[in-house]
Amino acid sequence: MASEALVTIGGAEIEVTRCGNGRPLLLLPGEDMLEAESAFVAGLAKKFEVILASPPGFGRSSRPDWLTQPADQAYLLLSLLKKLGLARVPAIGCSLGGWIAAEMAVMDDDGFSRLVLIDPYGVKLGGPTERDFADIYQLGPAKSAALKFREPEKMKRDLSKLGDDELTRIARNLESFARFGWEPYLHNPKLKHLLYRVAAPTLILWGEQDGIAGVDYARGFAKLIPDARVATIAGASHYPHIEQPDAALRHITDFLGDAP
Amino acid sequence: MRAWHFTEMPYPHYPQDEPATRINLPNKFFDPKIGAELYNRYLDEHMVADELGLDIMLNEHHQTPSCIDTCAPLTAAILARQTRNARICILGNPIGHRNDPIRVAEEMAMIDCISRGRLDCGFVRGVPYEVYAANTNPTYTGEKLWDGIDLVTQAWRAVDAPVNYEGRFWHRRSINVWPRPLQTPHPQIWVTGSSDLETPRRCAERGYVFANFLLPHDKVKPLFDTYRKHFVEHGLPGGGGCAYMPLVHVADSDSEADKGAEELRWYLTAPRAEPHFRNPPGYMPVIANVKAMRATQNPNDRAARTASLDWLREQGILISGTPDNVVKQIKRFYDLVGGFDHLLMMDHAGFMGHERTVKAMTLFAREVYPQIKDLPRTRPLKVARAAAE
Repeated sequence: MASEALVTIGGAEIEVTRCGNGRPLLLLPGEDMLEAESAFVAGLAKKFEVILASPPGFGRSSRPDWLTQPADQAYLLLSLLKKLGLARVPAIGCSLGGWIAAEMAVMDDDGFSRLVLIDPYGVKLGGPTERDFADIYQLGPAKSAALKFREPEKMKRDLSKLGDDELTRIARNLESFARFGWEPYLHNPKLKHLLYRVAAPTLILWGEQDGIAGVDYARGFAKLIPDARVATIAGASHYPHIEQPDAALRHITDFLGDAP
Repeated sequence: MRAWHFTEMPYPHYPQDEPATRINLPNKFFDPKIGAELYNRYLDEHMVADELGLDIMLNEHHQTPSCIDTCAPLTAAILARQTRNARICILGNPIGHRNDPIRVAEEMAMIDCISRGRLDCGFVRGVPYEVYAANTNPTYTGEKLWDGIDLVTQAWRAVDAPVNYEGRFWHRRSINVWPRPLQTPHPQIWVTGSSDLETPRRCAERGYVFANFLLPHDKVKPLFDTYRKHFVEHGLPGGGGCAYMPLVHVADSDSEADKGAEELRWYLTAPRAEPHFRNPPGYMPVIANVKAMRATQNPNDRAARTASLDWLREQGILISGTPDNVVKQIKRFYDLVGGFDHLLMMDHAGFMGHERTVKAMTLFAREVYPQIKDLPRTRPLKVARAAAE
């Protein structure tokens, strides 16, 4: 059974959903918030107590005006961990959640026991005229979905069947993602210079067919972290844990092993 | 009632079958030799407007052939020197996209001095696709507009000593704008809006002109009503009023007028943007996006593109015909929306040639304008209050 709560941190309300039994594990979802009901989380919950925290601006979490970048979200989420009494737990961050998790690991170099980043954004490796990430705002939703998902049709939601609450969350997630990711586009220019501070052993999981950024980006990201390796998942794009949950779970449980 | 000549200064000579023209149409389709002729022609027509006793409105857009006036202050600066009587309204400065309000304050002050006080200074949030050209975060556009206006007006009012400003978006030390505008404390400010009632409210409270473009009369009325309501409640520090822009074409006969109207209709059909450029995330409030997700298309948008001239005239989006007929349409619209102060006339668009444009402007100035000039302006506070009671 999942339990849900809104935790007040620094003037923001943060939505926290807990499920499963075992060692606690922080999960930061991606900007499309596909994790909550996923087979991936159900699989994780068999071994861990999954603490799914919606970043400020996403899901039911509020977004005070002063929050303008993922580093701001990271501060609040570090405070959340403290408030929940979680220290040196393993963390998984997906896409935008991966970027936020990386910011957190930089801020508190003792915060996580292990870190899994699934197709994270956050650093720019190429030059000014090179796009590290496909420009979803130029491409529009349909073309972006084709880059994000191997089978975009399968992921399409029938909006006419959703209630106002759900539509409001979807619209707000999109708005918040633009707030945090529009410019600089999906990266913090300082983060690549600070990733040396990540002390936790790190696994970067990457969908082989990610059309937003390729495997080379994952390798470049990993090089910036002292103890990081890359594993790729076949048959998956930007959300490999959603499209290939079994493969993602295998990699993650192997990597986390018996680490605290 | 004041009447303003307006053209977006289009460059229509690109393949008209291009599915999307805003933002990404390669500029290889712009022939600078044709562009040079067009710029000079459009400036000539602004000077004709001046000679005819019309005022002049300018705007700017970016990365689009529908409007090659990419820098309205430049055009205004030229006209400040080349015209004699017309008021020159920039509607407006996309101050959030420009990202340097103090520079805008300086430019406007220069233009106001050079024109000897003929500048009206508009500020706009910018239509949705402008965020792609300017790369402005769409989630801040509304706040940036009003913060920018605050910064500019404070800069203009700070005549005794430099002031500092450390706001949400801009930080400036020792603001001391030289020159200051000729009109004291500053030119009439205009702001545009299209649906949010908050905008006319704020405009009325501050004495700004509230303007909107090409909307059906039943959408215009609640906006102008809101303006008038707050006009009564707050009073005005002078000026203000409501402005509306239709397509306008005057001709000797109704059939000639229809030909001109068809040419103006280019503006409603040719400049096309891909759907996502019309609604970047965070530009519209969440609640409006929820509504948009429920709707399959914007009915008004589609209606305006495919409608007959009669339908457009019925809505007030198009005003065209013989002079007397045009007077009737203006007065009808005036009554339907409860009155307004400024008729912003998109009297040129697309491929319309110089001769037709000037002939229509001339007919308007000589035969229409005298019949509408004395329509009462947004009523003075005392009268408005009496009417409200």
